[in-house]
Amino acid sequence: MTTQGPNPAETAAGSTAVAEPAEDAKRGNGKKNGKSALSEGKRAERRLAWLLCAPAVIVMVAVTAWPIIYSLWLSLQRYDLRFPDDTEFVGLDNYVAVLSSGYWWTAFGVTLAITVVSVAIELVLGMVLALVMHRALVGRGLVRTVSLIPYGIVTVVAAFSWYFAWDQVYGYFTGPDDAPLTQTIPSLLIIVLAEVWKTTPFMALLLMAGLALVPDDLLKAAAMDGANAWQRFTKVMLPVMKPAILVALLFRTLDAFRIFDNIFVLTKGQNDTSSVSMITYNNLIKGLNLGIGATMSVLIFISVAIIAFVFIKLFGTAAPGSDTEGRR
Amino acid sequence: MAILQSPAGKKTAWTLVDIFVIVYALFPVLWILSLSLKSSETLADKSFFPTDISFEHYETIFSADVSLFIRPLINSIGISVIATLIAVVFGTMAAYAIARLDFPGKRALVGVSLLIAMFPQISLISPLFEMERALGLFDTWPGLILPFVTFALPLAIYTLSAFFREIPWELEKAAKMDGATPGQAFRKVIAPLAAPGVFTTAILVFIFCWNDFLFAISLTSTENARTVPAALAFFTGASQFETPTGSLSAAAVIITIPIIVFVLFFQRRIVAGLTSGAVKG
Repeated sequence: MTTQGPNPAETAAGSTAVAEPAEDAKRGNGKKNGKSALSEGKRAERRLAWLLCAPAVIVMVAVTAWPIIYSLWLSLQRYDLRFPDDTEFVGLDNYVAVLSSGYWWTAFGVTLAITVVSVAIELVLGMVLALVMHRALVGRGLVRTVSLIPYGIVTVVAAFSWYFAWDQVYGYFTGPDDAPLTQTIPSLLIIVLAEVWKTTPFMALLLMAGLALVPDDLLKAAAMDGANAWQRFTKVMLPVMKPAILVALLFRTLDAFRIFDNIFVLTKGQNDTSSVSMITYNNLIKGLNLGIGATMSVLIFISVAIIAFVFIKLFGTAAPGSDTEGRR
Repeated sequence: MAILQSPAGKKTAWTLVDIFVIVYALFPVLWILSLSLKSSETLADKSFFPTDISFEHYETIFSADVSLFIRPLINSIGISVIATLIAVVFGTMAAYAIARLDFPGKRALVGVSLLIAMFPQISLISPLFEMERALGLFDTWPGLILPFVTFALPLAIYTLSAFFREIPWELEKAAKMDGATPGQAFRKVIAPLAAPGVFTTAILVFIFCWNDFLFAISLTSTENARTVPAALAFFTGASQFETPTGSLSAAAVIITIPIIVFVLFFQRRIVAGLTSGAVKG
């Protein structure tokens, strides 16, 4: 975590007796200052740190860890809110039901396809946009400002805009007879477009942070040595940016995998355009089938864990949160 | 990049690039704005710009039953603001510990928040739905604030600890040497240095909460706690038989205004917040 040398707090606590009382007073715990200290000060520091982290940790664990365990439990039961008396433990029956269902696999394939295609496009466009935001000679601030609009806008709002653009009655993209949002492939393309539009700027910002790490001298030196623009990009910039690219890819892949808002608005999942999140929602909130819904939830959780695991293997030590991260 | 081109040519090229980016970013926004300004008669004329400007849809959503738009708007504002405050306070505490203190479990905390940032939210819908119904939180403000805070916390912790690590904390000691009390040192030296980071984080967290759709649509059932993004999905026109396109667009435009304001006034901060938090971790 610490990127710039030893932790300042650590040095303060360990080195001088002068700093000690001040530190304690600042913590406001009114404790007597232990002059014997190092260990006492250390312990106080730990206690303070845990106290400070406690509220955040408690909320995060209460709202995620416990429910996911509960989800596992629900997934092993037949539990349909429409027939509450019929609830019983059924073991893995729900998993068999889901995994042998064509709907699940169609949704899974659709989700994977949307994820791969949109993230690939975003990476390329995001890189271009990052270069523009980083290098533009004219209107750099303007470009950065407008790029933030897709990032900040409510996804549902943007989705409705795309929906109306391709709507048979209102859309400026459609003639009187075409209704692309009623056909599978055109619908999927529009979903990918909506997704790419919304998230490319975010990708670009993450990549721009990586670009800022590329030393200008290195680029100039490469240019002197006769490297052309493309070679400078592939041989100098990309290697330096690799950690930033992997972070951006990880964030976006997992984010794309849980796509929901755009599909909900654009097609409601009709004509085989449901994502896994969408069919889970339908089973759960529309169908009120908690058992099947929970089973799908667990399966999505496992898929995401697998994707994250693969990425972290790729990251190696460059993973966010590891000690070497951010250093070069 | 290209060192060999003439300055004027480069300028023109960059201007073209700028225009392209601007058109890209504003296209859907302008279209929904245009729809919201068309009168009911010209709504379906398929022209990109409205031929006559009318505010009838805005009048509709504000004069219709409060459950259509006004109540969801209040819910959106209230829930997002409260969730942002809680997330920023908790996030600031945890980020201070991460940036400044040495304690076992620090890496675990960072790891856990990273995991939660990537957590598939749909996986929580079934258990949260069931638990909130049991606890009486379903379709209430706290019922939405809780998941919002949870998923905003990783963002807050990451962004804030990145900002906090940049603060020259020695200044605090220097102030004390000069005779400032710890309280003064905090108020006069540290708080002003930390404020921009906290403020930026608050903007990012607010945008996140404002944006949420999945929790809002799954954990609410009436106008009691339904936020605008969820309400849009159930929109109707002035009467049940009227198409809601115009009023829906007007509502969409209104909830986009705060985003545009943030972007226009705090562009620099948002960019700094997103890049520092995400990459330096």
